[in-house]
Amino acid sequence: MTGTAVLFPTCVVDGVRPQVGVATVRLLRARGFRVELARSTTCCGQPAWNAGQVDAAARVARTTLAGLEEAGGDVVVVPAGSCATMIRRFWPELFRLAGEPGAAERAEALGQRVRELSELLAGLPAGLPAAGAAPGQADRGPGQAASAGPVVYHRSCHMLRELGIAEAPEQVLDGAGVERVANPTAGTCCGFGGLFAVKLPEASVAMADHVLDGCVASGAATVVGCDASCLLQLEGRARRRRLPLAFRHLAEVLAPE
Amino acid sequence: MSGPQPIDTEPSLRRRTALASSDARLRANLVRASGTLGSRKAAAFGALDDPEGLRHQARAIRHRVLARLPEVLEALADRVEAAGGRVHWASTAADAADAVVAVARSHGARLAVKSKSMASEEIGLNAALEHAGVEVVETDLGEWIVQVAEETPSHIIVPAIHRDRAQIARTLSTVAGRPLADDPQELAAFARDQLRRRFLEADIGISGVNFGVADTGTLVLVSNEGNGRMVTSMPPVHVALMGMERVVQTWAELEVMLALLPRAATGQAITSYVSLITGPAGRLEEGPEELHLVILDNGRSDILGSEFAEALACIRCGACLNACPVYRQVGGHAYGWVYPGPIGAVLTPLLQSSKSAQQLPQASSLCAACWEACPVGIPLQDLLLGLRRRSAAGAGAGARLAWEAWSRLWSRPATYQASLRAASVADRAAGSPASLPGHLDRWSAGRDLPTAEGPTFRQLWDQGRI
Repeated sequence: MTGTAVLFPTCVVDGVRPQVGVATVRLLRARGFRVELARSTTCCGQPAWNAGQVDAAARVARTTLAGLEEAGGDVVVVPAGSCATMIRRFWPELFRLAGEPGAAERAEALGQRVRELSELLAGLPAGLPAAGAAPGQADRGPGQAASAGPVVYHRSCHMLRELGIAEAPEQVLDGAGVERVANPTAGTCCGFGGLFAVKLPEASVAMADHVLDGCVASGAATVVGCDASCLLQLEGRARRRRLPLAFRHLAEVLAPE
Repeated sequence: MSGPQPIDTEPSLRRRTALASSDARLRANLVRASGTLGSRKAAAFGALDDPEGLRHQARAIRHRVLARLPEVLEALADRVEAAGGRVHWASTAADAADAVVAVARSHGARLAVKSKSMASEEIGLNAALEHAGVEVVETDLGEWIVQVAEETPSHIIVPAIHRDRAQIARTLSTVAGRPLADDPQELAAFARDQLRRRFLEADIGISGVNFGVADTGTLVLVSNEGNGRMVTSMPPVHVALMGMERVVQTWAELEVMLALLPRAATGQAITSYVSLITGPAGRLEEGPEELHLVILDNGRSDILGSEFAEALACIRCGACLNACPVYRQVGGHAYGWVYPGPIGAVLTPLLQSSKSAQQLPQASSLCAACWEACPVGIPLQDLLLGLRRRSAAGAGAGARLAWEAWSRLWSRPATYQASLRAASVADRAAGSPASLPGHLDRWSAGRDLPTAEGPTFRQLWDQGRI
């Protein structure tokens, strides 16, 4: 499948991890897509949705829904499992609760074209080798120093359980020849959970520690994920603990230089 | 004190979870034990031909029963009475406790032995009985340990899950008046010796109910220690306390639930004991002369008619606790009331109206591991979200206005972009509306902030740098 991929960068990538967006664009282009930016989008509304604030969530989601519809494209690519979940799984319910059944139907229609990045890649023919090509250099991405050693993949929860995307990221990494070790805490939440991370920060940090201890035990040098937000949580904690781990989004690992 | 224990309001949920998170030994105990239970469950379900099919079947049964619960309960009550038992309908926790106390008083009971019952914790039964001059002895080993330690259960099926063997040995040594080794055999032998005497002395036995079977009026109890059977057969009076949702109509339905409950709870195909109790003992049988069934509503009827009715499908296996990454780090006491973990975070705000109870749906990252673990497929994360919506609707204007301000800013691409550019990277990183104060400190107390990457993605795109 090729054609036009419309990128919904998400607010976290847009504001905090723009290099994930850059890598996503490069990767999609390398796989033969013409990439368009969904310009009139903002955020999927998930922070407000998870806080139970339906009106605020719907107000923001409405903008992004219109922005994604306007952008068209053959496929809408979201480099964040959680935001893809918000759109596909929760937008219809959100709009219904907000008293906008029309928007709910539009969200359902749009959802058919929305793909989380690894999900899209896994459905494509085997990709180009990862950046750096050789095992051990797989984590060399734009603007980052190379660090030797295998990667460990952290499964983020929304995408794993709500969208049922389990094996795709690992398949994509393996298909690109990235040296990967098993994650002993695979499927365990990193403790981010949006505002959960600041509402119950001590529990959130304890959860991160549990996952990080597993990553260290795995022997990996780099933790790879499909959600910049989960990676920010794990990286923030790992740095505080001075753990010898690097954190990279899947796109950064796979994108050509 | 009679009636339910109030939820622990002080310190706050955050303080309680912070305190628990700072206890490395507690966390190690929880992670080890819940991990063991989780992997045993996975193995037990993995050995089934069609675990998902069984789960769907069980879910359908629970929904079918809940859809006509009043009718099923009436049938159960009729059959229990036809078999010679007495049924007490309790609208509130206090009614239920009063009913048990009244039975105890009518027999002049001085000593009650109890097998594990979370419903009895919910109604504050031990305190009510003690207030009435009845000594209460818990006979489930874990439950006895927390009773001796003057604690409350921290798990639905493993009450002392928060304690390791050395801690248990220390507690039981105070009972023994001599040091006991932290050897499970020795500790269990000591407990058995202590508890056996009490079974023989008891005037009344109190149990929970895992399932009531409406067709025959049979009360079903599963246990591994045999204490449940002794509680329900040795004293002359047996009082069974049952949450009103814990029923099935038929034995065929029971068969499905019995296949699921032990597998989900402990990874067992069947528990060591499955007691099926239909009426008191007959004239030529040994066993209690009286059987009382207390059917507890205590807010459940309200849940049944609400968007949260699915919470009543719960069979109290504890699988969601074992799977929950929050529970695994903070344990049951941090939740502040009887039912911990994801199901507790759903049930507590439904059963308790206090402000503190309404905080509990925040004790989740919405990772949905609970839903994945639940043998009857309760979408606990959706119920938690629904409860957050309910709280938000009733919350003060402050939070609503802050969210509204955020949503106005972020519903226009231009102002959204401007806010990203204006915000420090730290504000952006907190992933939170800038209008909600205090979040940065809460992030950076345990975590570093991300390093700045410069322009936003859209700026890079517009500059043609991608």
